[in-house]
Amino acid sequence: MRRLLAVSAVTAVAVAAAGCGGGGPRSSGGEKLSDGKIVLGVLNDQSGVYAELSGVNSVKAVEMAIADFKAKYGDKAVTQNITVETADHQNKPEVANTKAAEMYDRKAVDIILDVPTSSAALKVADVAKEKKKLYFNIGAATTDLTGKACNKDTFHYAYDTYMLANGTGTTATKQGAKNWYIVYPNYAFGQDMEKSFSKAISNAGGTVVAREATPFPNNTGDYSAALLKATTLDPKPDTLGTMQAGADLVNLVKQYNEFKLRDQGIGLSVGLMFITDIHSLTPDALAGTTFTDAWYWNYDETNRAFADRFFAETGTRPSFAHAANYSAALQYLEAVQAAGTDDADTIVKALEGKEVEDLFLRHGKIRAEDHRVIHDAYLARVKSSAEVKEPWDYEEIVETIPAEKAFNTPSPDCQMPKS
Amino acid sequence: MTGFLQHTFNGLVGGGFYALLALGLAVIFGMLRVVNFAHGAIYMLGAFGAYALLIEVGLSFWWALVLVPLALGLVGMVLERVAVARLARLDPLYNFLLTFGLTLVLQDLVKWRYTVSSVTLPESTLPDVLAGSVPLGLFAFPTYRVFVFGCAVVLCLAVWWLLTRTRVGMVVRAATERPDLTAAFGIDVGKWVTPVFGFGVALAGLAGVLAAPMRAINPLMGTDLIIVVFAVVVIGGLGSIFGSVAAGFGIGLIQAWGEAYAPALVSQVLVFLVMAVVLLWRPAGLFGREESVA
Repeated sequence: MRRLLAVSAVTAVAVAAAGCGGGGPRSSGGEKLSDGKIVLGVLNDQSGVYAELSGVNSVKAVEMAIADFKAKYGDKAVTQNITVETADHQNKPEVANTKAAEMYDRKAVDIILDVPTSSAALKVADVAKEKKKLYFNIGAATTDLTGKACNKDTFHYAYDTYMLANGTGTTATKQGAKNWYIVYPNYAFGQDMEKSFSKAISNAGGTVVAREATPFPNNTGDYSAALLKATTLDPKPDTLGTMQAGADLVNLVKQYNEFKLRDQGIGLSVGLMFITDIHSLTPDALAGTTFTDAWYWNYDETNRAFADRFFAETGTRPSFAHAANYSAALQYLEAVQAAGTDDADTIVKALEGKEVEDLFLRHGKIRAEDHRVIHDAYLARVKSSAEVKEPWDYEEIVETIPAEKAFNTPSPDCQMPKS
Repeated sequence: MTGFLQHTFNGLVGGGFYALLALGLAVIFGMLRVVNFAHGAIYMLGAFGAYALLIEVGLSFWWALVLVPLALGLVGMVLERVAVARLARLDPLYNFLLTFGLTLVLQDLVKWRYTVSSVTLPESTLPDVLAGSVPLGLFAFPTYRVFVFGCAVVLCLAVWWLLTRTRVGMVVRAATERPDLTAAFGIDVGKWVTPVFGFGVALAGLAGVLAAPMRAINPLMGTDLIIVVFAVVVIGGLGSIFGSVAAGFGIGLIQAWGEAYAPALVSQVLVFLVMAVVLLWRPAGLFGREESVA
C-alpha cells in the first residue's frame, strides 16, 4: 500500500511537471508546496559545550545539502526557494521548546534538524507531534525518542545510547575486555549509558566489576578518586569504561594518563566521543582507545570528498553530526521532490520503510515501526601521533557493525500511530 | 590503606587549589570589602595564559609560572583603579555586579578566540622534572601533583610570613581590620588597596597556571570551580586569611574522602552540607569574627 502511494505520488509529480513544462523554471511545481518554499530549521547548541561537535557548522552542512540538491535537479527542482532558519537552544529544554514552536509557527519551518541534548530533544519531539511537522533528531542520544516518546513526525537519525553501548561494550568485550569498571556522570544520559553498557557487556560474556557515579556537573573537574579506585578493586578491572562527555571526558582522560592506569594494565574505553574531542585532547592522550563512531570522514573516498568540501567551507573536518545533518537535509529534500509536496503526512508515508544509501547512511533504512534510521556503525581505535598522517587523521576503523546489528530492535514502548 | 593515603594526598592537591583561590579572595575581601566574583574568570585566564605561552609562543612552563601571574596582577591593579575603586563607596552589591559582569565578558572574549571546546597541555610540554611519577613509599604519585601541592604550601606560608612578620604585612592587617584607626595613625591606607587587589588577582592567575597541565582548559572552567571556592571562603570565615587556607585544604580532603567512600549523591553536595552545618554552628565561619557594630 505504502509503495503504491509513493508510486502514485511520483506519477502525480511527473504529470504535474509535464503539465507545466512550458512555464518558467520558477513555477516548476512550486505551487505544490504549502507556501511555495521549503524552510529547513537547524536547532542546536551554538555557544555551549556541544557547539563544536555540531553547532553552526551543521548549518553549513545543511546549506551544502541544499546546494547539492539544487545542482542535481536544476530547473526540475520542486522549488528554488529553499532556505535555512537557525537558532541556539543553549542545551536548555525550555528554550528548545519555545524556539521549536517559533520555527514551525512563525518562521514557516517545514522540518527541524539536529537538537543535541536528550532533554531538549524530547521536548522538541512533543512540539513536532503537536504541530504535526517533521523533526529529524541527529544530535541527541536517548533511545526514548524511538521508545516511549516516539511519534509520527519524529525520526531519530544518527545514533543512540544502544548503538554506542552495543558497539563499544559488545565488541570490546569479545576482543578481550572481560572485567569492566564503569565511571559515569550521575544524570539521565550517564545513567542510561551505564545501563546500556552493563547489559551489552554481560551479554557478551564480560563482567562489570564495579561502577562509579561521579557528580554532575563536576565543579572541580577532578576524577582522581574514581580513577584511583580502579587500582584497588578486586578482581582488578582490565578496562575502564567512561561515559563522560565533552569537557568532563577531557578531564577524565587527562587524569587517567596522569595516573598511568594504562601502564597498570587498565585499558580505556569511551562511551561517547566525537572527533572534536580527540582533537582537543590530542591523539596521544587517547591512543589505543576504542569507541563507536557513526561516521568517519577519512573512511572512504566518498566521505573524504565531502570532508574536503566541508573543510573548504569551515576550516575543520566534519564530525558525524555534521555529516548526518547534511544527509538528513538531503533525504528530506529528495522525499519532497519525489512526492511533489511538503505535506508532512505524505512525506512520513514516503519515508517509512525506505532504504537509503548516501554519504552518511550506509545500508540505511528508515524503520516504519519506530522511525529509527538504522545504518552501519563503526568501531574505531584512536591512532597514536606516530600513525597520524595529516591533521584530523585520528581514527582507524577496526570493524564495521552492520546496520541491523548496530541498532536495537524496535522498542515495545513505542506506540506508533498507524498511517 | 594505600588507597586511603592516595585519596588523602589527592585531597591535599585539590585543597591546594582551593587554598590559593580562597586566599586571594580573602585578601581582597579583607582590604576592600569586595567579593570578587571575577576570581574564577581570572583563574581561567591564568590557564589560557599558560596555554598561550607554552603552545603558541613556545616558552617553558617556568616562564608561564612567573609571567602569567605578573601580567594578571597588573591587569587586576588597573581594574581596581579604573572600576572597582569607583564603586567602593556604594553598596557592596555594585562591585559584586561589576565583577560578575566582568566574568561574562572575559568568558565570551575567550570563547571568541578559543571557541568553547577544551584545549589541553600535553604532558610533553612540561619540564622533564615535573613529568612522570615519584615513588612515595607505598605508591607512586604523579610528580606534577606533588609539585602543585608543594607550590600551594610554600605560597601559603610565604603569605603568612609576609602578613605576620613584615612591616608591610602589619600595615595591611591593620588596614584590613580597622581602616579608620589605621588612617588615624597617619598611614595611607588607600595606597595599599591597589597592590593588595593585584596580589589577590595574581594568586588566582597562578592557580590557573598550575591547573593548566592537569585540567581541560575551557572558558567555563573557572565558573564551575569558583562556586566551591566561595563555599570554602564562607566556611573559613569571610576575610579570614588563616581560615581560607585551613578551609581550603580541609575541604579538599573532605571532598576526596567523600568521593572515594560516600555514595555519589552525598559526595556531590558534601561541600555545601559542610557549609550549612558550619554556618548554623558558627555564622561567621570557622575563623571569622562576627561583624561588630562600630
